[in-house]
Amino acid sequence: MDVKHLIARRAAQELRDGDVVNLGIGIPTLVADYVPPGIDVFLHTENGLLGVGPAPAEGEADPDLVNAGKLPITETIGSAYFSSAESFAMIRGKHIDVAFLGALQVDGRGRIANWSVPGQTILGVGGAMDLLVGARRIIVTMIHTARDGSTKIVPELTLPITADRSADMIITDLATFAVEPEGLRLVDVAAGVSVDEVRAKTGVPFIVDGGLKIRDA
Amino acid sequence: MKQKITTKESAIAQVQSGMVLMVGGFGLVGCPLSLVDELYRQGQRDLTIISNNVGEPGRGLSKLLEAGRIRKVIGSYFTSNPKVGERYLAGELEVQLMPQGTFAEAIRAGGAGIGGFYTRASAGTLLEEGKETRVIDGELYVFERPLVADVALIRAHRADRLGNLVYRKTARNFNPVMATAARLVIAEVDEIVEPGALDPEAVVTPHLYVDYIVQTG
Repeated sequence: MDVKHLIARRAAQELRDGDVVNLGIGIPTLVADYVPPGIDVFLHTENGLLGVGPAPAEGEADPDLVNAGKLPITETIGSAYFSSAESFAMIRGKHIDVAFLGALQVDGRGRIANWSVPGQTILGVGGAMDLLVGARRIIVTMIHTARDGSTKIVPELTLPITADRSADMIITDLATFAVEPEGLRLVDVAAGVSVDEVRAKTGVPFIVDGGLKIRDA
Repeated sequence: MKQKITTKESAIAQVQSGMVLMVGGFGLVGCPLSLVDELYRQGQRDLTIISNNVGEPGRGLSKLLEAGRIRKVIGSYFTSNPKVGERYLAGELEVQLMPQGTFAEAIRAGGAGIGGFYTRASAGTLLEEGKETRVIDGELYVFERPLVADVALIRAHRADRLGNLVYRKTARNFNPVMATAARLVIAEVDEIVEPGALDPEAVVTPHLYVDYIVQTG
């Protein structure tokens, strides 16, 4: 299994029965494939649907039915459609239990940059800022390091910040961190990954305590 | 009584160069492409376009953009069409970027007679710059003004002859709020039916908002 799917599988362990969940583009979209058995969640998409179902079979895509990434989806039984204004009222109004977001950088307080690509003119923000201020729980899913090997967990964001609100949890291919008032706390490490390796690839100090687990999924 | 059903040619002939236009759609989904193509054919220019995106290269609003007939775009996500960046960097296009939820709510406010609103989205970010802020219950909010337009071009699934509208799946998106926020509203629809054929409980846009109905194609 490639690392993106491993991250998504770990992230899905955070879901609780009955959660209303918004999935961002990229790794977050994959979380839907790993919802644990016995748990029912309702997927919300910013463009106006509560009750997102799996991708349609080949040749059965409906041109009027897409997700936030403009990819074809299906509707589940019991789903509802609404306008963009109502969709974002749900988001800002704290009616979304958990949002999974990608990030380009996260700082030691869990604040994130995920809307502006390095070196490119800023011409898009989409729903990133609304989701970050409005979802009850924010879980960042990302690959721990950038393509050049540098860490994405940094002392100071060098890319434009998405919101003044922090994420609650950061899940990478190497480790999971909880964002706490005193900083990041290491929750688990992936199988075969040492705390020293996580430390070497993380740009900020973090708390390691007796609760540290080895990731089983 | 005024007859609302008309042709795309006569409906679009009411758009004049220099006007502010709202155009529905999330990407091309729910975008009134017959009306946009007719606007391209008729040649109006110096337009300000309020739309979440600006089509895709060679399709929808991008045809007007590539022909240099759009002066300014207001929306949330233009990154998916590289033509926007090219025009912007060449100094040929003004871009006003808003968080998607703020964009939708500003249109809702414009149509509902609300003089503006405070939102948490964009507080403490680059998109807050130059805007009034206020601390409410200990959190920073940003003041956003309403958006209104001269003409709204929207897409619905079915209309009755009075102009009551129902939408289809995620093609609804920004269309219902845009229907409320322009002096002249032109709806492109798949099917026109007699009054009484639409369930009054299911009507999303009541007919008082709609000035003209055009059959798609």
